[in-house]
Formats: sequence, C-alpha cells, structure tokens
Amino acid sequence: MTAGWDVVVGLEVHVELATDTKLFSAAPSRFGDEPNTNVTPVCLGLPGSLPVLNRRAVELAMAVGLALNCEIRPSVFHRKNYFYPDMPKDYQVSQYDQPICADGWLDVPGEGRVGIERAHLEEDAGKTTHLGGADGRIHGAVGALVDYNRAGTPLLEIVSRPDIGSAAEASAYVEELREILLAVGASDARLEEGSMRVDANISVRPAGSGELRTRCEVKNLNSLRSLRNAIDYEAQRHIGLYEAGEAPVQETRHWSTDGRTHSLRSKEEADDYRYFPEPDLVPLEPDPDWIERVRAAMPELPAALRERLCAHGADAADAQVIASRGLAALVLGAVAAGADAHRTVTHAVQNLALDGAELLEAAQLASLVQMETSDQLTATQAKAVLTHMCERAPGAAADPSAIAAELGYEAMDSGELEALVDQAIADNPEAWAKFCAGEAKVAGVFVGAVMKATRGQADGQAVTRLLAQRRDA
Amino acid sequence: MNTAHAIASDVRAGTRRATDVLEDFLGRIEAHDGDVHAFNTVTADQARAAAASIDAAVDGGRDPGPLAGVPVAFKDNLCTRGVATTCSSRMLEGWQPPYDATVVQAMTAAGAVMIGKTNLDEFAMGSSTEHSAFGPTRNPYDFARVPGGSSGGSAAAVAAGFAPLALGSDTGGSIRQPASLCGIVGIKPTYGRVSRYGLVAFASSFDQIGPFATDVADAALALGVISGHDPADSTSIPAAVPDFEAALGRGVEGLRVGVVSELTGSGRNRAANGGPVQGDTALGNAALEDAAGEVLDGIDADVTERVLEAAGALADAGAIVGRVSVPAVTYGLTAYYLIAPAEASSNLARYDGTRYGLRIEGADVEEMNRLTRRAGFGDEVKARIMLGTFALSAGYYDAYYGKAQRVRMLTRRDFDAAYADYDVLLSPTSPCVAFRFGERADPMTMYRCDTCTIPSNLSGDPAMSVPFGTGAEGLPVGVQIMAPALGEEAMLTVAAAIERAAPELAAPRFAESSTGGAA
Repeated sequence: MTAGWDVVVGLEVHVELATDTKLFSAAPSRFGDEPNTNVTPVCLGLPGSLPVLNRRAVELAMAVGLALNCEIRPSVFHRKNYFYPDMPKDYQVSQYDQPICADGWLDVPGEGRVGIERAHLEEDAGKTTHLGGADGRIHGAVGALVDYNRAGTPLLEIVSRPDIGSAAEASAYVEELREILLAVGASDARLEEGSMRVDANISVRPAGSGELRTRCEVKNLNSLRSLRNAIDYEAQRHIGLYEAGEAPVQETRHWSTDGRTHSLRSKEEADDYRYFPEPDLVPLEPDPDWIERVRAAMPELPAALRERLCAHGADAADAQVIASRGLAALVLGAVAAGADAHRTVTHAVQNLALDGAELLEAAQLASLVQMETSDQLTATQAKAVLTHMCERAPGAAADPSAIAAELGYEAMDSGELEALVDQAIADNPEAWAKFCAGEAKVAGVFVGAVMKATRGQADGQAVTRLLAQRRDA
Repeated sequence: MNTAHAIASDVRAGTRRATDVLEDFLGRIEAHDGDVHAFNTVTADQARAAAASIDAAVDGGRDPGPLAGVPVAFKDNLCTRGVATTCSSRMLEGWQPPYDATVVQAMTAAGAVMIGKTNLDEFAMGSSTEHSAFGPTRNPYDFARVPGGSSGGSAAAVAAGFAPLALGSDTGGSIRQPASLCGIVGIKPTYGRVSRYGLVAFASSFDQIGPFATDVADAALALGVISGHDPADSTSIPAAVPDFEAALGRGVEGLRVGVVSELTGSGRNRAANGGPVQGDTALGNAALEDAAGEVLDGIDADVTERVLEAAGALADAGAIVGRVSVPAVTYGLTAYYLIAPAEASSNLARYDGTRYGLRIEGADVEEMNRLTRRAGFGDEVKARIMLGTFALSAGYYDAYYGKAQRVRMLTRRDFDAAYADYDVLLSPTSPCVAFRFGERADPMTMYRCDTCTIPSNLSGDPAMSVPFGTGAEGLPVGVQIMAPALGEEAMLTVAAAIERAAPELAAPRFAESSTGGAA
C-alpha cells in the first residue's frame, strides 16, 4: 500500500522521571492528590520564587543518556515563553540548544539501529479542566480549573533521528525504550497514563531516495496501537497528496478516535517562543566523576539480559517476555543456582505473569525447579506452589518446600501409583483394548481416573509412562 | 545617636528599649511621611509586637542579635509573609506573599524590626520613583525633587530618619542612584553575594539586594547580615562572608584607586589613562592631565568635581590614585536596555490574572490576560515589556539580545583589565543631583540617570555610593566606588576613607525640626 514510497518517522518521547520531588522545587512529584496541594511558591510561579535543580532528575537523565549511548554534555536551561494558564510562570524551563544527552543510538530488537539526536530535561505544566463544555474540552466551556500538582514535574524528552521506517519499527522502538527506562528506574513509562508520551514526526519519500520531505507532527498517541495506526494513516495521507500532485504542509496534527489525524490550531498564531538562557539557573556541567558514579550504579540493560537468557536456552521471544516482565535477573539467578534452564524459562514465560513474581528470590525459584525436575512435584503442583510463592514473596514465607508440604504435595510412592494405574485398567477394559490397539489418545481415560482417585495429585506423565510399560510388556 | 550600631548596642546592653526606639521612628513617620511618601505600608502593629519580643529576649538574658531592635524598611518588592508586597503596581495591589524573602528572614533573625514597606518605581523600573502606581516619593532635601529610584522610598526613608536601615534592590543603579540623590550610603553587593529568593524579579541576571544607611559602618553591618550562600537561589555564591566592618578601619595607604576616565570627562582635570601615580595631589599631576578617549557627556561638572576631590582626599590619605579607561562602559546603557527588558518581558509574563493579583474578567482566557495586563501595568512597564519582547523575537535576537550579551562580556573584560592595575575604581554615582519632578519625563533622558551605575550591573561586580559634598542648589552628591567581584572589603575601606574626608552634610531641614528627638 506504500509501494514506491518509504515512510520516514522520528519520535519525540516525553517521560516523567521517577523523582520524589519536582524538577525545580521540593514539592512532592505525585499525582492523584487533592488539586493544588503538592505545590510550593516555585510550582505556582509566585513572585520572588526561584528554581533549584533536582540532582536526582539529572542523574536519571544521565542514566537514560548512557543507556542510549549518548554523550553527556554540559547543558544550559532556557526559557520557552508563551502564555498558557497551566504554565505558572507563562514560560517553560527547558533545555534548548545545549541538551544534557546528545548523539546516541538505540538498537531495536528485530529492526535496525535508530539514532538518538538528544535527550533533554524540562518541566511539565499543570492540568486544566474546562467546565461546562462537553467532555472537559475547551469548546463551549464556561470556566476552567487549573491543578498545579503536575506543574514542575521533571520530564525527559528523548528525540530520535528520522531513522524509523515503519509503524512496526516505531512501535518496537518505543517498547525497547520503555524496557530501558524501566530497567534504569528512570520512569514507570506508562503510555496509557501519560507518564510516557509519544509524538511522531512523519513524512514519506520516493523509495530509495535519501531526501527528507515535509513532516507532520502527530500528537495524542496514547497507545502503541494508536502510534502504529497514526503512522500508517499519516503516511497514506502524504502519499495520497503527492500522488494527486499536492504536498502536505508542515503542521501539528491530532490523532483522533475516528482513526484519522486532524490539523491542530497552534497555541499561538506565530510560533515564536523567544528562547533565552534561564538567568535563574547556572549552567549544568556534570563532572566526569559524577557521570561515572551514575554509570557504575546502572543495572544490566535489557538487551544484555536478553542475550544471556538466550545463551541459557530461551528463544528470542521468551527472552523478550521475561525481560519485559522484569524477571530476567530472577531467571538468570535461578539458573546460576543450579535450576534447569529450560524449566525455569518455561515457568517465567507461562506461570509468572503474576503480581509478586518480581519479588521472588532466585534461590527459591531454583529450589522449586529442582523439586520438579527431581519428581518431587508434578508440573501442575509446581505451578500451584509458584502461585502461592508469588502471593507470599518476598521472604521465608515463599519457601517452596514449606508451601508444598502445606498443600499436601507429598511425592507419591511409586507402588501406590502402579496400583492405581492397574485399578484404572481393570475398570476400563474397552478403553484398554483400544489403547493397546494403538489409540494413544484414550490414555486420557486412565490418567483421568488416576487423577480423580488422587484428587489431582498424581503425576500425569508418570501415569502415561506406566500405561506404556504395561502395554509394551 | 540613631545609627543602627548605636541602637543595637544600647538595646543589647539594656540601656534602651526596642519599643521606645520604634515609637521614636514611628512618630517621625507619622509626622512627616504624609509629605515624603516613602512608605506604601507602615507595619506599626507588627513592629510593636516584634520590638516587644526583642525587649523580652533582652530581659530574659538572650542576645537578639547584631541588629537588636533596629527598625528596618523593606522595599516593596521584597516578599514579606502576610504583609502586602505590591511592587508599587496595581497588578499586585494587596497581594500578600505566603513567605518571607531570605533577606527579610536574615534581618529579622538578627533582631531587626520591620517598620514598613517602601515605595518604588513600578516593578523597580525607573530612576525617580515617579513611576509608582501609588504616587511618587519626595526627596527629603527638597519636596519638589525626586529621591531617585527605583528604590526611592527606601532611600528617602533613611534620609528622612524614618528608619536607620533599609533594603533596596539594584538592577541598573536602583540602590546607588537614590542613595546619591538623598545623601546617604547605598551598596550594591557582588551579584550572588546576597540571595535573591523572595525579591520580585525585574531582570534576574542583574537584580541584587543591598542596604541603605546613614553611614558606611551601618551599611557594612547590614551587608554582613544579609550576605551568604542560600541554597534556594541557584545563582547565590557559596563564598564565606568576610567581616565587612573590620575593613572600615584599614587605611588606604598603598591601595590603588582608578578614576574612570569615560565617566569623569567634564571635570576640570580631564586626564588620560596615565596609570597609578603616587602623590598627595595626584590629580593635579601633569601626568594625569591629558585628553581621555571617548567620554560620556551629560555628567554635570560639579558632580565630577566632587568625585575628583574625593580622589584627591584618598591620595592625601596615602592611596595611589590614577586615571583608568574602561572603554566598554560607554556601551553599557544600550546593552542594559536590551537585556534587562528582555528578561523583564519574561519575568512579568506571570502576571496574567490567573493565579494571584489583579484579574479583569474576559470572554476567554486570552481576553482575561490582555485586559488584566492592560489595566494592571503602568506605561513604563508596558514600554519595557514591549522592548524586551521585541529584542528576543525571532529574527531580531542576534542583532539585539545577542549583541548586548557580547557587550556584557566586553564590559567584564574591560573591568578585568582595569582591576589588573587598580584595587577599586571611582566615578560619579549619578550624573546629576536630585532633579525636579517631571524634569526627565523623556525616557532617554531618564535612562541616562543610570549611565555610571549600569556597568557594575553588567559585570556583576560590587559598587556603592557614598555622599561627598554638594552640587547645584546645595543638594547631595554621591561618589561611586566599584570593586572586582567579592571585593567588598577594599570597596568599604575606601568608602570609609571618603566618608572621613567628606564635608559634613546638613540633615534635611524637616528632620532637624522633628519632634522625634535625636535626629
């Protein structure tokens, strides 16, 4: 559908940094509280108040920059001037031509390498609710309420180069970026809740040409699906215009629930933000020691963890799932503690999409897997024990042998199991005849009977093994 | 004696009550501020409570601090918790900050008693206090004349004996020029020496808070109290605060004092950049008598003569005095009137009717913003906002704001070069003595009041004004002493020496006739 054309996408991703306090004030950086309670004179832009830069926000920005292979540079905050009621000072403090992180890249799994132009710090605005208009929108509103709790929250804006060639790649880029943000603890990065916001700069060009044509910036992309759909829609719109002998105009567009993008009126008629260096702050020049301390404190990044998981037998898809659940360290730790790699990976993929899984201790998971591989627990039992472990983690309460004992999962004595199998054969002579004649699927009759007799405690695989022995005897 | 030193010493010793001191000053305000209009607000009740607690501390054997019981007036752009802070603007009429400025906390913690909030040019934009939305302040020496500005209320309050100390703010000369016109001492400290937290911003990269006092010793005392690093102001300097008062008694022997040629051109002793020359009549020395480079005009001859006399007095006291050229000062005014309005246009954007202060309702937010700002700001403020907005606009930024910043760097470079040869520099503070109301209504004429003071704001270096004799109509003249960054001690040493040599200045007549006693 885009035959003859290349899609060119660059992404601007805003993430709320997970600091306790705001970028320039000691007010809690927290949402959902009573409006205008998490504010100081600085957050409200009261006359005489002055900003003081949050060190932790700088450290998180540096950690993200390092994870994205950026250079950490001396940077300067500027004022971006425009009138808007949820901007307490009527200017936003943001890094402009000297960002803290520049010139990096991100390897997108299954896709290519995407250049990172920059990542810079800036403050968020408050939140305006219009009264009286439909759905709190400005049209028809009779008044407005502004909550400044969000004003001054630290944001990191990560700007990619226009290296992304498809909706799928854009989506994968955002997913991988999210993994990194979670891994370094920079943000909870939730698209749906707005702690991660993606704007897409989209253009097209004749296939194979290197040119950059007029782009449109699309906003309101609050899910990966809307990101993909918006890119496809917008690319088609551009191609349609070019093929009709027209051309798109550079503008900001809004992705709407009707599955289209719509031209947005700009905040000011003319986009002149009158940037100038913020005189209330001094230039930010992290010294090499500080940068190295941040680097040393960084955890292993998702790509490296996935590589190690694959080295332990996980396939790429499993590794992705495990890493995205934040369980890579747990799995690798359990394997290092002697657990069977395949069983451990299988549990992590199939049985650990649970709250509390991230709290498990590697030694406890290893011990569970060992109980299973030494036939002390069946697969079903192991899964049940794991569920209880997640509920009780962390700590000694999540010990698998104690939980197995509590659930009455004693390994069944093999003589007892053989007797139950023989009883099942005796109770179902017709099925036994069919089984002996080669109808493997009727094995379920005998397994079911044994399970019923043991209230599910028997090892289904052991029953199947005994049936085969008796048939082949 | 009603100096801050004398009051604090007596109150600490228990020989005078802070409450009596306060009533003395309140009585003079009551009698004369109707004429002077130094104050926007007199905080009599709050002051009485504060003075009583100072007395209680003394009675309890506790030391209230180095400013024990000293009444102090704060310029009305310094935030005071629960007390109106208006910036002399309709925009903030009645606005009560929920917090105290760092300097207000520091003064109070040292035992000072806030007596009121003083008048200023609206948002500190002006050199005469004529641009106050609440009416001008009059010069205590002549009610037909301005006290200078923008801190005219603070200067007039100290000159009139309404308070022994006041704080003001200096963006382009707003402490030094009114100090000069009112015959008192005013200090603009090194940028970053004093916290700006709680000072309502005009031009953030220039604004600096400093004291007014009747003598150099009191000014040094107050400077020591308000100086020091403040984590709430990122531009505050983490430097130790020296004992400023110890600098007063040091002699000037061997100190190198440079008279800035560009700012003293119309005096009898036009001289070139001759380098330091030792001698008791250095300015009469032939080596100094030569044509300077570019010399700014508009500086009154009698003012320049007082400066040269002060320099001569320093030479008599053993200083090495010479002429020095600081060429970039001739561009200072132009650069300042681009950068300061640019910053102001951004700093004053927040007065939009949304959160505090004046609001004029409109059909939508944009109309509310527009109507509020139209009604709330005076003409001078509007003019500077427009000038600054223009200077920052796309397509003009490099030619105006960018170029002005380069001039600012040149100014620093030229001062650095001068300070390689001299410890302090001298010039007039104001090109003229106090002028009549309306006399400088033309903005360019008014802006030229700041010719001599602006260079130190561009460089960020400390500077102060000390009275030295009189000029036309017997009105006070101030000498400006400039020093390199964090060089307040040498500046104060020289100021004290000039003060010792200065002819006695008569107190304003109405202050003499005051019923308040020891004026």
